[in-house]
Amino acid sequence: MPQRPIEDGLFTWPVPDPPNRAALIGARCADCRAVTFPASPGCPRCGADRMEAEDLPTRGTLYTWTTQEFLPKEPYAGPETAQTFQPWAVGYVELGDVLRVEGRLFDVDPAALDFGMELDVVVRPFTIREDGTEVFTFGFAPAAG
Amino acid sequence: MSDVAIAGVGIHPFGRHKGVTALQMATVAARAALADAGMKWSDIQYAVGGSFEVDNPDAMVAFMGLTGIDFNNVYNGCATAGSALSLGVAAIRSGRYERVLVVGMDKHPTGAFTSDPTGYACPAWYGEMGYFLTPKFFAMKINRYMHDHGISVETLGRVAAKNYRNGSLNPNAFRREPLTVEQIVGSRMVNYPLTQYMFCSPDEGAAALVLCRAEEAPRYTDSPVFVKAVEVRTRRYGAFEVHSPSAPVERVAAPTTDVARAAFEAAGIGPEDVDVAQLQDTDAGAEVIHMAEVGLCRDGEQEKLVADGATSIGGSMPINTDGGLIANGEPIGASGLRQLHELTLQLRGRAGERQVPERPRVGLAHLYGAPGTSAVTIVAR
Repeated sequence: MPQRPIEDGLFTWPVPDPPNRAALIGARCADCRAVTFPASPGCPRCGADRMEAEDLPTRGTLYTWTTQEFLPKEPYAGPETAQTFQPWAVGYVELGDVLRVEGRLFDVDPAALDFGMELDVVVRPFTIREDGTEVFTFGFAPAAG
Repeated sequence: MSDVAIAGVGIHPFGRHKGVTALQMATVAARAALADAGMKWSDIQYAVGGSFEVDNPDAMVAFMGLTGIDFNNVYNGCATAGSALSLGVAAIRSGRYERVLVVGMDKHPTGAFTSDPTGYACPAWYGEMGYFLTPKFFAMKINRYMHDHGISVETLGRVAAKNYRNGSLNPNAFRREPLTVEQIVGSRMVNYPLTQYMFCSPDEGAAALVLCRAEEAPRYTDSPVFVKAVEVRTRRYGAFEVHSPSAPVERVAAPTTDVARAAFEAAGIGPEDVDVAQLQDTDAGAEVIHMAEVGLCRDGEQEKLVADGATSIGGSMPINTDGGLIANGEPIGASGLRQLHELTLQLRGRAGERQVPERPRVGLAHLYGAPGTSAVTIVAR
């Protein structure tokens, strides 16, 4: 089955094996050094337009989270139906002291989530498109030690 | 530069109105505001209409009368009514026009708002992943805020219960059934820690204001209310705002804080002078956060203020006396004008069962919405 990321240039692809750790790809402003994710053509901090691609730290801490307990309407492109939908957790993870990035929280009971817990960037299967392509996306999972 | 008065207010009840279009509701609200001011439609020289769903709010002239006036349409997210009012006030202050109608209307489908993320400077994948949802962000913001400032889930329940109670006293409200804190906290979880009854719903309705030069207000009303300030601001770098795939670690004040400061400065008064406030309560947590962001209290003080009933109609800091968004729902274009309708009644001393004792002198209305836009209006008598 052909595989592809949900968006090119969002995270390292294919995921290197080993070390099997994906990195999100951001951009750093050449002038003020502010970092964006995803890579932005312009700097939201100083307004400059020289941005350089940069891999973000692959481990971070949980800044905040919630649970998504209803099936989102379009443009959500996940595979669930109203019958198969299961709530998921989503949060902002502080990667190094650089940036807080939003993403799905995998492999963890929402009741066990806590502020400051360590999480790693992961890449996971998201859905299978009509043409048979398996789409992968990024998220976070409890740190692997 | 002329000061600006509210000569008349009008509203079409908020809720679900099958078979009634947004433009028809806007016409009802506009005619009520004109009647309140003792004006005719032909007296109006300039109008601003706000809506999310209606392409051309000015099309209401088909029902009002084709007088050929300068009529402009605005949309600015949940702050649409603030932008509409800002334009209407500026038209009088500048001396360009003397009698102005500001009207907001909407008729939304049920369920959380959705849109094309790319229109909000968000990538398409952000929507495909199911992240382009406002309730989810507001839940994450209040979850962290509760952790940082010691706010309990019971406080969220009390805020919503207070707004449903106020809504039960408001014949124009959508939700008129009081709910207990237990019913609210125990209702279906939507986005932890926010439950179903802690959220407002998109709905339908319209509201309108007639504005005039302050000097001429006595011609139209025996109890004029003056617009002391109306300001709109967008987010700065470092604000933690809705529809953000990422957020910088460095934090700055929220757009609500920036806009409230600007409005207080323009009005020449401070938060301690506010007698009654209408705050954007998209959810119960938003009201809690916005209390501090507009400057009515410090972070964390909400826990005791709400428990003590300070934000109830009879309290020291009445908030959302007409039930707010939680009891009225949110027809986006009309929501902020509903707030000004309520503040005008309160300052006139004509809010009936909802009247704040010792007739308030100063009122504050606040709007906040995607992607980090806020408006604050300060009125006084």
